[in-house]
Amino acid sequence: MATPSVLILRAPGANCDMEAQFAFEQAGAVAKRIHINRLRENPALLHQYQILMIPGGFSFGDDVAAGKILANQLTAFLSDELRKFRDREKLILGVCNGFQAILKAGLLLPSDEEGPMVTLAHNTQGKFEDRWIHLATVPGNKSPFLKGINQMYLPIAHGEGNFVCRKEWILKGLEQAGQVVLRYASPGGGAPNGFPDNPNGSQGDIAGVCDASGRVMGLMPHPERHILPTQHPRWTREGLKKEGDGLQLFRNAVEFFAE
Amino acid sequence: MLWEVEIRPLGLDGERERVCDEFDLLTHSQRGADWVSSSSRGFLLEGEIDRAAAEQLMKDLLADLVVEEASVFEVGHTSGTYSFTVLLKPGVMDPVAESVLGAAADLGVPLKAVRTFRRYFGPENIPSADQNLLFRKVLANDAIEQVILGPLKPEHLALGKPYAFKKTIVPLRNLGDDELVKLSKEGQLALNLDEMKTVQAHFKEQDRDPTDVELETVAQTWSEHCSHKTLKGTIDYTEINGGQRKTIRYGNLLKETIFGATQELRKRFGADDWCVSVFADNAGVVTFDENFHACIKVETHNHPSAIEPYGGANTGLGGVIRDPLGTGLGAKPICNTDVFCFANPDFPPDDLPTGVIHPRRTMIGVVSGVRDYGNRMGIPTVNGAIVFDERYLANPLVFCGTLGIIPVDKVEKASKPGDYIVAVGGRTGRDGIHGATFSSLELTDESETVSGGAVQIGNAIAEKKVLDVILQARDLGLYSAITDCGAGGFSSAVGEMGADLGASVQLEKCPLKYAGLSYTEIWISESQERMVLAVPPKNWPELQALCAGEGVEAAIIGTFENTGRLKLSYQGEPVGDVAMHFLHDGRPTTAKVAEYEVKSATPATGGTAMPPADALLKILGSYSVCSKEWVIRQYDHEVQGGSVIKPLTGVMNDGPSDASVVMPVLGSMKGLAVACGLNPRYGDLDTYHMAATAIDEAVRNVVAVGGNPARTAILDNFCWGNVNDPAILGSLVRTSEACRDVALAFGTPFVSGKDSLNNQYTSANRKISIPGTLLVTAMAHVDDVRQCVTMDLKETGNELYLVGTTKDELGGSHYHLITGQTGGQVPTVDVSTAPKIFKAMHSAITGGLIRSCHDLSEGGFAVSIAEMAFAGKIGADITELTTAAPGIDDTARLFSESATRFVIEVKPANGAALKKMFDGLPLAKVGTTVKEPRLRIAGADGEWLVWAKLDSLKEAWQKPLRW
Repeated sequence: MATPSVLILRAPGANCDMEAQFAFEQAGAVAKRIHINRLRENPALLHQYQILMIPGGFSFGDDVAAGKILANQLTAFLSDELRKFRDREKLILGVCNGFQAILKAGLLLPSDEEGPMVTLAHNTQGKFEDRWIHLATVPGNKSPFLKGINQMYLPIAHGEGNFVCRKEWILKGLEQAGQVVLRYASPGGGAPNGFPDNPNGSQGDIAGVCDASGRVMGLMPHPERHILPTQHPRWTREGLKKEGDGLQLFRNAVEFFAE
Repeated sequence: MLWEVEIRPLGLDGERERVCDEFDLLTHSQRGADWVSSSSRGFLLEGEIDRAAAEQLMKDLLADLVVEEASVFEVGHTSGTYSFTVLLKPGVMDPVAESVLGAAADLGVPLKAVRTFRRYFGPENIPSADQNLLFRKVLANDAIEQVILGPLKPEHLALGKPYAFKKTIVPLRNLGDDELVKLSKEGQLALNLDEMKTVQAHFKEQDRDPTDVELETVAQTWSEHCSHKTLKGTIDYTEINGGQRKTIRYGNLLKETIFGATQELRKRFGADDWCVSVFADNAGVVTFDENFHACIKVETHNHPSAIEPYGGANTGLGGVIRDPLGTGLGAKPICNTDVFCFANPDFPPDDLPTGVIHPRRTMIGVVSGVRDYGNRMGIPTVNGAIVFDERYLANPLVFCGTLGIIPVDKVEKASKPGDYIVAVGGRTGRDGIHGATFSSLELTDESETVSGGAVQIGNAIAEKKVLDVILQARDLGLYSAITDCGAGGFSSAVGEMGADLGASVQLEKCPLKYAGLSYTEIWISESQERMVLAVPPKNWPELQALCAGEGVEAAIIGTFENTGRLKLSYQGEPVGDVAMHFLHDGRPTTAKVAEYEVKSATPATGGTAMPPADALLKILGSYSVCSKEWVIRQYDHEVQGGSVIKPLTGVMNDGPSDASVVMPVLGSMKGLAVACGLNPRYGDLDTYHMAATAIDEAVRNVVAVGGNPARTAILDNFCWGNVNDPAILGSLVRTSEACRDVALAFGTPFVSGKDSLNNQYTSANRKISIPGTLLVTAMAHVDDVRQCVTMDLKETGNELYLVGTTKDELGGSHYHLITGQTGGQVPTVDVSTAPKIFKAMHSAITGGLIRSCHDLSEGGFAVSIAEMAFAGKIGADITELTTAAPGIDDTARLFSESATRFVIEVKPANGAALKKMFDGLPLAKVGTTVKEPRLRIAGADGEWLVWAKLDSLKEAWQKPLRW
């Protein structure tokens, strides 16, 4: 199996890049952390890699709005290369701040003539929160990252993760197109029972979406923070599992290039 | 043109709700909604752009039109509804504005200046009492913000104007004593007469008067903050014990107690000495594994947090993060700690002393400040505590700590002659300059004084960028020394790095935030997010390229040279030339008198006893004990992925962990446990025992999760009142003596520390001094994190044991607090038994005998077992407490806060092995875990003293701070 190379994009304020690198390495990939300025200087650098990951953090301080300034840079300087990258059957993953950035850059759902169709707004409970939540993958979803995964238990840590569509029809359209891939769930895996099962008020309990191709995915929870069994909040009660729930997602990304 | 972009939320107006709630809380009224009808936020944009360009920027960058609506106006528009606009005062850091400037440039929009604002709409005629409170306490903070009534005035946003160089000489050689004192006071030099006379004599010898920058440099270097002159000075200490007076002279209290104990321990450790660099660098360094050493530092940021809680805490954490970064050749921060002391958040607003911020607002501001800096830095905040006591009303305490790891070969550093002095990171402004005043209330500041003097707002992303380049430059070996710019700014950083060498600095080379700073202001400014490096000239091009590549500013501001002198110039004109020797060794030692009267324990008096079940609920619901989940969840405590034991634990992830454990190197099973101990209430009875129990608490907390007591390092943070008062200084001396004695007995070296003195509030009719407060932070090795345990009960049918001896020690306890009693015996530490208990506990934990473990602290046994039970949703029947704690009454059994105790849960099959490990040590079975979700505790007469549902116990514990 070919070992895919991962470009983990560093921006000023990105801060989950090291654990993202660790996650991809555990999954068998070769991962490099590259500053966005290197990519701006040489956008073609992107094509040396098979997977682009935009990790969590506070890119540019989340000033103005979370991920917004990074989104602007992706749009202003890298949009052509990003489109080529995707069209060459490669993968793009945005986690937390990375999700906010690729969503606001229109990589998941392009804007229409009235402007952006979706956003990630401030959590409805009004503040940043770090907590573990249950996730259920949406049956029949398009994302290769989630192949064979039904449920995951992962932490979230964000203040702006509330998935909002401009209009109801946009939400329905995303669902019908199989682009809603991950929803917040109750501990049993069923529909969530309000807060804190759905920790931020997201419409449709949406925790992650993909683009029309399925190969670009963004999610608010942090799969890279549940790779090791010791990261589980209750391992001292429930015992150490073989691996964390997030690892399969990264392994799927690696295996995508073996097919 | 100057444009105003105004953005309003569609739907819920969360900011309006927030300010109305805040107003109602402070006034016990419902009038908030009358005065604020809606809110908006916005930007002032200055530049050669037309309306269409401003609107495009609004759509592309500034507003999120899925959830907001926005419009562009010319500044000064009137919208029909009356409004009050809150703007940062000129010169206060506005990170969002800086980011917008950069992002607009990315989009090709040429802006010259940006400012952010918040706006509130409401009636024009608010009664003045309400308006005053609304504007000054709710909508804005006077220290950094201004409220503009009605439309803004169309004036430009630029700051500062060119500085015309003028060298200032301070004639001092012919001044008399009174005039010297006056000069020190008026110049805010904080030098006493003795020190002023020493300076005078020095310059008489030089046959000249000093320049202002020379005098400021001396004042900075000799300040309490930088030199810790009280604790390192001479103290004549008299201890009065039962009429006997005993006087000891300490030549250097720190060296002879805390640091002395460490030196003695290192000798005792011999070949096994695991201290690497202690009390020498910006953080204490100890060993960790074969590749890395671990380091730790805890700082306070009390005065700034009292004036502006958000900015004070924000820059407090930002500052302590730079300590590990400036240790050795730079350590990578791996986690933060935070400990706060406040007055109760329900303090009656009408009783607030003048100029004091309400404790609820202080708490919210401080927590937000730590949250926003720590989270943005990508450093998990994993441990902390909050102590509530009315005496912190005017002087809240904010302790921030940072742990880091550093490659074993990067601990040594030394500036070399010829190295460039390089400033890296943020630019220099008037931030934090003594005496700078917030004078301008105008939107446009044309005066020379730009505010932001006393208080600062941090820019975490600026520091994150610095961190990223420093760690790369370190690994490339590009510099020979590094330190952070903290108190005293360049003066202190360059002065320290060049102390054994000499340095010359060209002050005009320092990058400035805005024009108009004098050479002295540049030198002593305490602007945030700056580091100073000593860079060999051959490495400069590579360092410069590295920094430029990540958008970090780096500038050569001078050279280290072998002159033994600190030479300062501005545009070629010499402005300072002082001997390093005089700066660092010229300060006359201070001599102070201290006295402490040891009082023997008196029987508890006052108050009324309370039935145990009621007392338990009340203690669980007291502010210091209750759940801090509201705080903890706002901190990202898991970033970096190293989290092993989290601050919240248990079946619902919401029980209170004793300590946190992190795995600094992902995939390696070696960890670090971190915890703290403090109990200022014990100090009211005896500060010796306060210190002893604080150390005991910090150590037992790390031991409780699996930390190795033989590899536990501790830190001290003293926050004290006015040390010119012999009694207050006496209590501090006694605390230091306890630190020495207990550190030696436990074998736990102090590796770093910090003091913050003179925490006292004085107004015309009121004086409030904080209780002497010692925070002890412990950091311990965890050899294999898979052996860690948590405090939540795990299974039914297990045995519960009490470890340690329970004595009738209710003095200073929470039981006394809630029943209103004073006096009594303060908890003491049996220093010969305690280390043996810690060792046995560690063997039992690493041997896998313990299913859960919780330390006993505030509220004693009853609170600990209740927390364990509701965190694990497992009941407990405690039937043998009387035999486990004989010779005392039921109240003491339940609530005494005797030190060195744990409750542990053990599978029945492991009981025998456990007893063997505790041979000769106090260990007694007290009960069993049960399926029923309840806690029952039997008294001496066999009746149930406590019979409570776990849900009701948990509710009492969660309710107070469920904000």
